[in-house]
Amino acid sequence: MISQRLSSRLLLIGAVLVIAGVLAVTVSPKAITSAQGSDADWQTIAEQRGLTEADLRAAVMTYTPSGVMDEYVMFASAGQGGQVLAIGLPSMRLLRLIAVFAPEPWQGYGYGTGNEVLEQGFIDGQEILWGDTHHPALSETNGEYDGQWLFIGDKANGRVAVIDLRDFETKQIVHNPAFLNDHGGTFVTPNTEYIVEGGQYGLPLGGDYAPIEEYQNAYSGMITFWKFDREAGRIDYSQSFAMELPPYWQDLCDAGKGVSEGWVFCNSFNAEMATGGIEKGNPPFEAGVSRGAVDYLHIINLKAAEAVFQAGGAVDVRGFSVIPLETVIENNLLYLAPEPRSPHGADVTPRGDFISVGGKLDPHVSVYSFHKIQDAVAAGPTEKDVFGVPVLALESVLEAQVELGLGPLHTVYDDQGYAYTSLFLDSAVARWSIGAEGYRPQDGWQLISKIPVQYNVGHLAAAEGDTMSPDGRFLVALNKWSVDRFLSTGPLLPQNLQLIDVTRPGDQMQILYDMPITGAEPHYAQIIKADKLKAWEVYPEVGWNPITQSVDPNAVIQGTEGVTRDGKNVTVRMTAVRSHMTPEHIEIEEGDHVTWTITNVERARDATHGFAIPFYNINLSIEPGETITFEFEAKRPGVFSFYCTEFCSALHLEMMGYMMVQPK
Amino acid sequence: MTINALTPTDADMVQRAAQPVSRRWIKRLPPVFFLAAAVLLVVSIAFPYWGMVLEAPQYPGGLQMRVFVNDMTGDDDPRLDEVREIDGLNHYIGMKSLYDAAAFERSIAIPGLIIMVAALGVVAFWRRRWTWLLALPAVGFPFIFLGDLAYWLNHYGQNLDPYAPLSSAIQPFTPPILGEGVIGQFKTVAYVDTGWYLALAAGVLVVAGLLVRLAGTVSAAREQ
Repeated sequence: MISQRLSSRLLLIGAVLVIAGVLAVTVSPKAITSAQGSDADWQTIAEQRGLTEADLRAAVMTYTPSGVMDEYVMFASAGQGGQVLAIGLPSMRLLRLIAVFAPEPWQGYGYGTGNEVLEQGFIDGQEILWGDTHHPALSETNGEYDGQWLFIGDKANGRVAVIDLRDFETKQIVHNPAFLNDHGGTFVTPNTEYIVEGGQYGLPLGGDYAPIEEYQNAYSGMITFWKFDREAGRIDYSQSFAMELPPYWQDLCDAGKGVSEGWVFCNSFNAEMATGGIEKGNPPFEAGVSRGAVDYLHIINLKAAEAVFQAGGAVDVRGFSVIPLETVIENNLLYLAPEPRSPHGADVTPRGDFISVGGKLDPHVSVYSFHKIQDAVAAGPTEKDVFGVPVLALESVLEAQVELGLGPLHTVYDDQGYAYTSLFLDSAVARWSIGAEGYRPQDGWQLISKIPVQYNVGHLAAAEGDTMSPDGRFLVALNKWSVDRFLSTGPLLPQNLQLIDVTRPGDQMQILYDMPITGAEPHYAQIIKADKLKAWEVYPEVGWNPITQSVDPNAVIQGTEGVTRDGKNVTVRMTAVRSHMTPEHIEIEEGDHVTWTITNVERARDATHGFAIPFYNINLSIEPGETITFEFEAKRPGVFSFYCTEFCSALHLEMMGYMMVQPK
Repeated sequence: MTINALTPTDADMVQRAAQPVSRRWIKRLPPVFFLAAAVLLVVSIAFPYWGMVLEAPQYPGGLQMRVFVNDMTGDDDPRLDEVREIDGLNHYIGMKSLYDAAAFERSIAIPGLIIMVAALGVVAFWRRRWTWLLALPAVGFPFIFLGDLAYWLNHYGQNLDPYAPLSSAIQPFTPPILGEGVIGQFKTVAYVDTGWYLALAAGVLVVAGLLVRLAGTVSAAREQ
């Protein structure tokens, strides 16, 4: 009886609650926002918004009051946007967009500024005005980020760019003419001697033609070692070289460090050498490349390869030095080790003693020991692949396999001896212990915990994660899909970068913040301690040329402005300062070739001036102290109102002038 | 008995030894004061005499200008030339460039100070009835500096270019030589700085030296 009465009472209460809930939703659908702007205290607001204690913890861990600086800066690629994003952690505020492979109007990049850098990236005279930025790599000194340079690869066209972190601008784009795509790049050696750019899809060398039926013999894989001249701040093309590899679709690479310094590791995923052709009744690539039981971890002796290159062991492919596969084999520059089929990632542990390869189609992460690799190499491998490349037996080099879940891809490390592997299919991040000395021998090799992420996580980035001394604390999951995380903005959805707190050991991981990223797909990121970055507040001297990073001999000094003519060549010399440009009348003639230099003579932080000429597709960003020179043909007569495009001052609208082009 | 100051006699020595301690000090102190004042004046060249901070929302920390006897600079931060920046802002209200202000005074400042220092040296060691007059410029110097500064501030504030961008919004004004003022969104705080205080201290020492010397002369006369 009593229990019946109790249950009916419970039912009644339940019904009332349901009705109240429905009413709450229908009558006041904006219950959450109504708390905002109320004069309630924070506990009441938290209660009204339905925030849990964990939410509040996340809020206080990430909230960064106005004027307070972030502790870390994350450099994330912006995928097919061809750019790089600088994001502050833990606030997840977007600090800066860096134009790299694509024109970008805010920075004037490609519209009069940086055109010569973009042009370096054109291939055989073909304009290429985008890139698929994948893996950013910060320059390192003794295996630690030094905050000086950033490199990034373009998967689509096989190019690498150099960004100077004094002004966060792209200075150089290089392309290995022997190959036309990449993926395993960029990664740097511990003192940034080389920037590694691993190729991806097999191609005939030099961009030549070869029928797909001749794939095995006529197609190659490729890895390029770009020599970085730190003094010059540029890649030294003549000291750079590449290695021809079997056409196994090398994927992600990493440079050895510590004990493995001088070696480079790449996973691959098409040892089957599948050639697709679904329309011809062949297995499609997605099935063909996954048919075999194993693929190959590539173990490359970079030190020895450098010696072979320096001894003249490379051949010339379209003007670039490439060590042919026969030479690679002859000199034992490359060893292969089996890995579970179609893996992803080859991530070297902080001490350089292990390499983690995510199973992708296998639920394990496979951990290879560099010591065992050395022993196996010394013992002399007994097997070879079809090209004659030595293959080390799996059991001779494998240290451990840890079962993590579905779709393990990419692994990063922290300061507690944990590794973190993204699980694409599970939409989760697995924390596992490295059961070796110097990490967590007390836990052994095992899965510790998993945290769901939203959704389809690709790469992970950890604070100082690719250095020899990771910081731990923060992890960012770069999720490919956001699905229901943000308000709908139509069928094209942003990516979701999730900040995860990994400070506490064991199963305590917490998602702190979701950051939508539009404009492109951030593929990988690196996170550096903010105090390592020493960016200029303004250019060091008035008249600065950011390409040469020195005072431009053509810089315009106040009082020397003017327009001069030499036949059809007109030179305009202009200064910009709040709130006028000098001169304000530019009188030229139809058909003139105009060379126009502007110096922003401001010294105040943030006193940037824009400069735009309508019709002529000129749009610049001239930062304090900067000098820019651009050229154009005055092909259309008329009057053109040029103006400052950056709201610089109260009289910004008055900061303009007229370019008068007299008809012939 | 006459006392020959240039060739001290035994009697002179005896008389000196017989002088009370305070009398001896009265003789020795003034030269020390004058020389110390001279040193302070020389040292003051290295320090700003006057400064002004312009505070506005878009310049966190403000723009600081320092005026030396012969020069103008910003603060110690080498990244921004504040005087240039203030000049840039001043052009909106039609104020002339600060670099053109008091050019003559700045050009004679160092020679002038050298002459004042030399004069103090003379006063210290060469006693004549009229030599105290040589010390007066050093006493008046800090006030002459401020007076000249006030003249230039007034001159700059009152002579604005009528064709400047904001000439209709800003009426001619006299920037305060000390304390707070307001121009547009800028609050200005003006103050005298280390160099001026050193010069003032020099002046005080000179006055003290003259007074001590006067006291000595008076008491000597009384004894005779």
